[in-house]
Amino acid sequence: MGQITLEKVSKTFGDVEVIPPLDLTIEDGEFAVFVGPSGCGKSTLLRLIAGLEDVTSGKMIIDGSEATTVPPAKRGLAMVFQSYALYPHMSVRKNIAFPMKMAGIDPAEQETRIEQAAAALNLTDYLDRKPGQLSGGQRQRVAIGRAIVREPAAFLFDEPLSNLDAALRVGMRMEIGELHKKLATTMIYVTHDQVEAMTMADKIVVLRAGVIEQVGSPLELYRTPRNVFVAGFIGSPTMNLIEGPEAAKHGAHTIGVRPEHIDVTEGEGTWSGVVGVAEHLGSDTFFHIHQTGLAETITVRAPGEVSFKHGDTIHMTPRPDLIHKFDAKGLRIE
Amino acid sequence: MARAVTNNRKIINTAAAWAIGLLIFFPILWTILTSFKTEAQAINDPPLFLFFDWTLENYAVVQERSNYGRFLWNSIIIAGGSTLLGVAIAIPAAWSMAFVPSKRTKDILLWMLSTKMLPAVGVLYPIYLLFIKFGLLDSVIGLTIVLMLINLPIIVWMLYTYFREIPGEILEASRMDGASLRSEIIHVLTPMAIPGIASTLLLNFILAWNEAFWTLNLTAAQAAPLTAFIASYSSPEGLFYAKLSAASTMAILPILILGWFSQKQLVRGLTFGAVK
Repeated sequence: MGQITLEKVSKTFGDVEVIPPLDLTIEDGEFAVFVGPSGCGKSTLLRLIAGLEDVTSGKMIIDGSEATTVPPAKRGLAMVFQSYALYPHMSVRKNIAFPMKMAGIDPAEQETRIEQAAAALNLTDYLDRKPGQLSGGQRQRVAIGRAIVREPAAFLFDEPLSNLDAALRVGMRMEIGELHKKLATTMIYVTHDQVEAMTMADKIVVLRAGVIEQVGSPLELYRTPRNVFVAGFIGSPTMNLIEGPEAAKHGAHTIGVRPEHIDVTEGEGTWSGVVGVAEHLGSDTFFHIHQTGLAETITVRAPGEVSFKHGDTIHMTPRPDLIHKFDAKGLRIE
Repeated sequence: MARAVTNNRKIINTAAAWAIGLLIFFPILWTILTSFKTEAQAINDPPLFLFFDWTLENYAVVQERSNYGRFLWNSIIIAGGSTLLGVAIAIPAAWSMAFVPSKRTKDILLWMLSTKMLPAVGVLYPIYLLFIKFGLLDSVIGLTIVLMLINLPIIVWMLYTYFREIPGEILEASRMDGASLRSEIIHVLTPMAIPGIASTLLLNFILAWNEAFWTLNLTAAQAAPLTAFIASYSSPEGLFYAKLSAASTMAILPILILGWFSQKQLVRGLTFGAVK
């Protein structure tokens, strides 16, 4: 069981309120991702759950029992850090064994679990090496191995992939996803990368300045962003946000149209503009269109075979049922 | 960054470094040379450098007159004991200052260091009285405690500097892994800081070994270490330079050998944190 509930939890550092009181429940077995721009408080929130920071007020319930003042060692949670935080003086084997040694697990049982974890994470050949002799990806695997052997109530990941190169990141993303399917243990994952959030999460928690902007499944967030911030944050390339007369036509202060929900043609269309930059990805082409009279730039995602050049005038038609409408406060209008 | 240096420059720099090094080492060298002269040669004018009748007579006389072994043993116990005790006390102190600093941590560190700026003689009287009261005069235990206290600020400072270099995330990881504070310090922090702890031990051992003010003032016969052994050859029996030199050489030799074999650690210890 690994349900985690936060009731009116807040955190202040000195006079600065990093996290105003918030409520949040993460269900047992869920993969929850905290996402938001730098400084939004997502790592602080994770550290509060871990017990590495004390909450200023509020209540934290882990696994059905109050854990607000329980020290990190006693919370039954495992954490994977951005810097891996391996013990440099210990071999991989000893690193993985450390939490079990602290828990006083029988040495034979320790050995079995180490072998299992190493086999699952492709570390068998590296058990006697020191962390300094491993690559970034291998170090990250050791950190994960160290976390899984103690069979925690929940895993906490603090931007675990941001020190890896792009190719490795995609690979590790899948491995963590598979691990979650296999273990079915609660995982909380912090990232600033909305692609990671979208691809891995059961539930995404979007944070800004310590405030939860929206909680939902990746597709809920994509399809029905609760406000302009979430609309702009989730999705890549980002949603086009248009204010002024064009928005007023739809009875809104701001309208949002995703780049993939705009059709482009040479001839007729609702809007028109001049192609600035065309990014050809092969499968898709992103056009950044200027002089539309709507916003500084309108981004359009078109199939790869559509070819317009810099300076071409094109016409755009948003799909009417996929236009998002927001009021003056930035909240969604249904 | 390394700069391109011409060969001539290199030769001049090397020669200058040697010259300065020899200048600094010269008093010790002269002491060692004098210890092999007769008393007459020792005060010869002009001074004799290498060409004199080398003799071991002074060493024999010194050994005969005083029990070198006992002084040496006291030195080892006092310097070693005070250093180990100091480090044992300083590790938790430095841990808390480095990893859970408060608003006052910097002030406390400076205040601790400021005690080193007070002339030792200023507290001689109260400490002497305390020693009388507790029956610690001329005792190895008393001296060990005093030297530990004298060097504690430096030990805390050095360890604090080393600990600051250790990423806090690793200690947090150990906490997440279920380590108690004790396990965290014993299994994670200390092994990671071993190079730093080793140079701290070394430097403080040397400082305690060479400490003369307290060792001379608080001991008589029982607990006297090598500093007292040297001092006993200075004035009371007139100035016997050769014997004094032999006693000095015997006293500094162990620490000189220790320093020679651990110079890498020492240099690292003294320059740690200076270059990032």
